[in-house]
Amino acid sequence: MNEVELLNWARGPGLVGASFIMVFGIILRLFEIFSLGKAKEYAEVRSSGAMGGIKTIIQRSIPEPRYWRYIGAAYLFHVGLFVVIFFFMPHILMFESVLGFSWPALPNFIIDIFSVLTIGGMIYTLMSRFTNPSRRIMTVFSDYLVWAVTFLPVITGYMTFHRFVGDYTCMLAIHILSVELLMIVLPFSKLSHSFSFAISRWYTGSAFGKRGTL
Amino acid sequence: MTTSLEQGINTLKAAIDAPTASYFSSCVHCGICAYACIFYTETGEAKYTPMNRLEPMKRLWEQEYTVLGRLKKLIGLSKAITQADMEAAVELNFESCTTCGRCSMICPVGNDIVYMIKKMRGALTAAGLAPPELKGAAVRAIEKGSVMGFPMETLAAQVRAAEKETGIKINIDEPNVDYMLLLSSAEVVQFDEIIGSLAKIFKQAGVTWTFSSKAHEAANPGMHMGAKDIEAQQIEQMVAAAEELKVKNVISPECGHAYMAIRWDGPNVIGRPYPFKVFHIIEVLDQLREQGKLKTNACCTEEPITFHDPCQAARRGGVNQPQRNLLNMMSSNFVEMKQHSACNWCCGGGGGVGSLEKTEELRKRIFHRKKRQIDELGVNTVVTMCATCRNTLEEGLENNSMDVNVIGLTEAVANHLLKENES
Repeated sequence: MNEVELLNWARGPGLVGASFIMVFGIILRLFEIFSLGKAKEYAEVRSSGAMGGIKTIIQRSIPEPRYWRYIGAAYLFHVGLFVVIFFFMPHILMFESVLGFSWPALPNFIIDIFSVLTIGGMIYTLMSRFTNPSRRIMTVFSDYLVWAVTFLPVITGYMTFHRFVGDYTCMLAIHILSVELLMIVLPFSKLSHSFSFAISRWYTGSAFGKRGTL
Repeated sequence: MTTSLEQGINTLKAAIDAPTASYFSSCVHCGICAYACIFYTETGEAKYTPMNRLEPMKRLWEQEYTVLGRLKKLIGLSKAITQADMEAAVELNFESCTTCGRCSMICPVGNDIVYMIKKMRGALTAAGLAPPELKGAAVRAIEKGSVMGFPMETLAAQVRAAEKETGIKINIDEPNVDYMLLLSSAEVVQFDEIIGSLAKIFKQAGVTWTFSSKAHEAANPGMHMGAKDIEAQQIEQMVAAAEELKVKNVISPECGHAYMAIRWDGPNVIGRPYPFKVFHIIEVLDQLREQGKLKTNACCTEEPITFHDPCQAARRGGVNQPQRNLLNMMSSNFVEMKQHSACNWCCGGGGGVGSLEKTEELRKRIFHRKKRQIDELGVNTVVTMCATCRNTLEEGLENNSMDVNVIGLTEAVANHLLKENES
């Protein structure tokens, strides 16, 4: 298989397969969560809790200024990932080919800035797994794997765009394959927080809303 | 595997529900919850990181309720929960967590960590590992009707003393009145001025109320133990008493955990709604204030005062505004601690921690957070609305040689009422 064939495989069957596994995995994980059910609320509530739930989903996306030094880098790379994934022109073209619609892209130099911020934020976050006591005690081996699986698409994408090494076609193929690895790992690792965060925030926020705290 | 360990694990397995699964699915091991926890911030010991306390529960969830975890277990990649795991969890879930729930307010993925700590406590109780102090209190509460083990006659005697002091008749077992009042043991024997205070307030407001000789204890050690069956027994006694007296409203005393048990946990542990409403005493007083039924001195005190929010009533229970309305009514110089209401810092005595002998040294250390908060304001009076908080504050202030008074809010309101001959 040469570079072109590899790229075609990655763009074609590879992407289809990875997408299938990701969607299937997310559905399975959602089923695992919701099938456990939740006890009925018998206490007389102060509100339905819906507002509390929605508020929490939104509010917890905004970092608490007090904790900025512990969590700032992590927020930064989340924002960076979001911008780079959804506002880089070639990515939008890819989404358009699947979804059938598109949206405006950001200029490449802005994407470049966000890429660097993402890379920096991720490296800082990785280091903090060793240096921050509460983070270190929570860390398990798979946290490093998950970090690597997330970091690969970012760094390969950056290298491809800047044509740092080797053959462009080959780099692009590697970049796409690394994204596919991420897609496969996502539902079955703690990367599941990318969708379950809304569920956990909802449960907590609505419970607080019912009691009148939010 | 011993039977008790098996019981503990089975209880834990049954306690894992959809919210728990979503919380574990979402946790990214960031450790930020530690910065919300006084046990971590005041000691710097990483083991107190809130999510770290739940390690056995997380492992069990993964092994039992995820496909991948089941596979891992099948091929021997994950370890079963051992007796040693459970014993280690006692320190982290009972002895160094006041279930204050501050961690639940800052978790970026929104995990309600205390919701799970309570389940973990229930499993440890089922495994026979609950602290003896709590077990003893639970037995006394159910058998004798009070967590301190005194009989109903003690309350009756305190009621007579309050009647003598105030000259106001106080009902016991009077049916069809507006409110049935519950108290925590500490309020009956230690902070008993609350009885006379309420008699004065309610008389002036024209509210009718009673105690029940069948149920007067509001503190619920079963809740601290995470043992829903024990918690439910006490709730059932209270429900039966309220039904017998045909009251439409039950008042929870100041005690924060009592409020949590009666108001929010109660109907859920007995599995049916109440035929009456439950209010925190401070909610009732604020309603009376709003209705203009509290006749108070128009002028208020200028001495700066602050307020310590009990975690279970404020953050966890949703009573955040009424106390502030009352304080502003009484003082022109009510100052807030930097972190208050839903984000207050725990005094360090809640969740049963204050009743455990083992925790004495640790409690002294973690009180420093509250000390700093009070020092910053330079006030001489701290008002609170929980007997446990009050005890913890008094003890902590004493240990730190701080010249600060602690008073209960109900008592403060009563002191602020116009005397009859003044009105």
